[in-house]
Amino acid sequence: MSLDTVATAQANPDATQPFAELGLKPDEYARIKEILGRRPTSSELAMYSVMWSEHCSYKSSKVHLKQFGEKAVKTDALLVGIGENAGVVDVGQGYAVTFKIESHNHPSFIEPYQGAATGVGGIVRDILTMGARPIAVMDPLRFGPADAPDTRRVLPGIVAGVGGYGNCLGLPNIGGEVVFDETYLGNPLVNALCVGVMKHSDIKLAKAAGAGNLVVLYGAKTGGDGIGGVSVLASETFESKGPAKRPAVQVGDPFVEKVLIECSLEIFAEDLVVGIQDLGGAGLSCATSELASGGSGGMTVQLDKVPLRDPSLSPEEILMSESQERMCAIVEPSKIARFLEICEKWDVTVTVIGEVTDGNHLEITWNGELIVDVPPRTVAHDGPVYNRPLAQPAYIDAVAKQVINLPIPSTADEIKETVLKLAATPNLADKSWVTDQYDRYVQGNSIQSQPDDSGMVRIDEKTHLGVAVATDANANWSYLNPYEGAKLALAEASRNIATAGAKPLAVTNCLNFGSPEDPGVMWQFAETVRGLADGCLEMGLPVTGGNVSFYNQTGSVAILPTPVIGVLGVIDDVRTRTPMSFDRAGLDLYLLGETQNDLAGSEWAYMHNQRGGVAPTADLQREMRLIELLVAGRTKKIFTAAHDLSQGGLAATLTEMVLRYNTGAIVQLEDVGISLLSETPGRVVVAIEPAQTQALSKEAADQKITLIKIGTTGGDSLVINDAKISLTELRTAHTETFVKLFG
Amino acid sequence: MAKIVVDVMLKPEILDPQGKAVAAALPRLGFTFANDVRQGKRFEIEVDGEPTAAQLADVEKAAEKLLSNPVIENFTVRVEK
Repeated sequence: MSLDTVATAQANPDATQPFAELGLKPDEYARIKEILGRRPTSSELAMYSVMWSEHCSYKSSKVHLKQFGEKAVKTDALLVGIGENAGVVDVGQGYAVTFKIESHNHPSFIEPYQGAATGVGGIVRDILTMGARPIAVMDPLRFGPADAPDTRRVLPGIVAGVGGYGNCLGLPNIGGEVVFDETYLGNPLVNALCVGVMKHSDIKLAKAAGAGNLVVLYGAKTGGDGIGGVSVLASETFESKGPAKRPAVQVGDPFVEKVLIECSLEIFAEDLVVGIQDLGGAGLSCATSELASGGSGGMTVQLDKVPLRDPSLSPEEILMSESQERMCAIVEPSKIARFLEICEKWDVTVTVIGEVTDGNHLEITWNGELIVDVPPRTVAHDGPVYNRPLAQPAYIDAVAKQVINLPIPSTADEIKETVLKLAATPNLADKSWVTDQYDRYVQGNSIQSQPDDSGMVRIDEKTHLGVAVATDANANWSYLNPYEGAKLALAEASRNIATAGAKPLAVTNCLNFGSPEDPGVMWQFAETVRGLADGCLEMGLPVTGGNVSFYNQTGSVAILPTPVIGVLGVIDDVRTRTPMSFDRAGLDLYLLGETQNDLAGSEWAYMHNQRGGVAPTADLQREMRLIELLVAGRTKKIFTAAHDLSQGGLAATLTEMVLRYNTGAIVQLEDVGISLLSETPGRVVVAIEPAQTQALSKEAADQKITLIKIGTTGGDSLVINDAKISLTELRTAHTETFVKLFG
Repeated sequence: MAKIVVDVMLKPEILDPQGKAVAAALPRLGFTFANDVRQGKRFEIEVDGEPTAAQLADVEKAAEKLLSNPVIENFTVRVEK
């Protein structure tokens, strides 16, 4: 076996290297040579290739994402901003909350169960790495048409994977989305969000400071997971024959992760680490180079000390392995004994693999021979940056000119048929088939979860302080107008927090797009980021971090631009939250916000294969006034219930409300068809005791929000004008869709 | 009557949490012989008479489509008398 050392690279500068197979462009390879002043060793090449990949380096998105920093609002609530593993926000009472969303789209298409499961595992470790105890997860999912054979393959596997991993960890899954669209066929989107809580003083950062401090790897042993790509190197560099083909699929072990969480939290509690980083994409390459860059830059690692599950792994493969459930810590020598003791208590494999030095190079050795000698920043942060060409795609103008022509119900029979159809369509149908596979209540702090507007968990059992999180994207609107689409998703997620009476505080995002090499897709992306940055600035919400997933496309067909926006809010007492529905008769129902003829991008249009028209414009000033009103409605105890209007318009909102506690409603609407189907943003249905009428009118007038009384609660039917739909038939329509499709 | 046996195992490089759990439990019960344990599954398929080449080819196909997950598992097909 020949080892490609730094000495070999110097002695043999002209050896051909498979940089193209590793995804590096010729000029990128030339730049690596320029940085190092020689050709890279195969291990260095492996590290650069994976760290400079789109996934790790954000090379196509960086130039746009910096707007999140430039346009950012100054807020004291943001304790840790973009750039660390996850952002941290102050939620009061000495608590800080960290949350982040990431994609695991491609792995979940290849192997749905493990792909989705390791997606959950990865985001949970990101949150843990900040020093926080993970307390809840959420999973926005998107699939091809519900009746497509491939959807039947991936959906059950993905749902089982999310549930399997999260349930084993004992983390409640408090919400998410399940959306179907043909562009996701072959490109399912699996986004995973995790929320964690800690005290301010517990925040941990990814930095390797202090010469002489030890680099410690702990958690699972390293195997050949997720290193499909690097097998090129192994096969070209070595004559020996390892397993013929390394899998690109990682298999997770949630019980190991659970132990890793508890072990890490005990280590944090005793303040035993200087810096910490989890091992996710790009494994040790990423962890060592990022930790070293976070400090002065000097670090030595003895790679042969890494405990292996598969002894045939080459050094290149060890550097690239994406084996799950591993963490890398920087520990002062005086604290290492206690660190090892805690790991032993939890039965966690732990190994000192290196040391922080006062130099500025990351040096990795293999049985004493130097195989990597690089300035770590060049690996972790100074990757290529592309200002890719962007151009407004031709479809944008074309769809804007399209006139939407949809059947609009007016008679009692038509209204009934429309409401039942919407209740049953896969995008709006009851998602219990999915969420019943998730543990929503474990830990006993879940206040809200699916089908509520947002997920809510209590973080202090004495004061009842809580946080609410919602994720939203409306890809139909983003397709018509990505700038407005991003703002509208931000508005919707914020509104979903506020309906319960929580105050939006911070934003995370998972931007799912097609290929950045397509100027049209790049334009969608740039417009989305511009819209989101402008929207966050206007609403005074900081972006705390996020994730970009490109190359979600089959052939030349990209997915709809899908910016999933996560908003986190805080509520001082979860017991006072406004529920999403009513459980008794005699309440008055009001619609907050004006209804326009907004059918473009609506669910009703989608059901009739009409994708054209002009998306609504986001009025964030009005959204913010609406949020004020919703929060005031809770604190002043005006509302009995409040529920957001979004996909499916008023028809969907009323359906969800009457079914929630099996209490009917009698509603009288003008222009009934448009009233039921329009998806004008910025609207909420509230239920109040009649005695609260004046208080509601005053609050609505103060915030200049249109207020229309639409009906009253009670009975065993949903009555809309002359149409009467019994709750039984509405429930059947709403609940049988998923069972029929997947059950 | 013959039996066609399909053995399905996780590919050697893939993490096997179940096998690992068994390997960790053995010494707790006093069995100290094992360095490592991998756990798989076995299907026994009964057919009339001697299996034909066509039948075996069909079993191979079924093993690939249903009995195993070829992304992370390998399988073998053999006839047991």
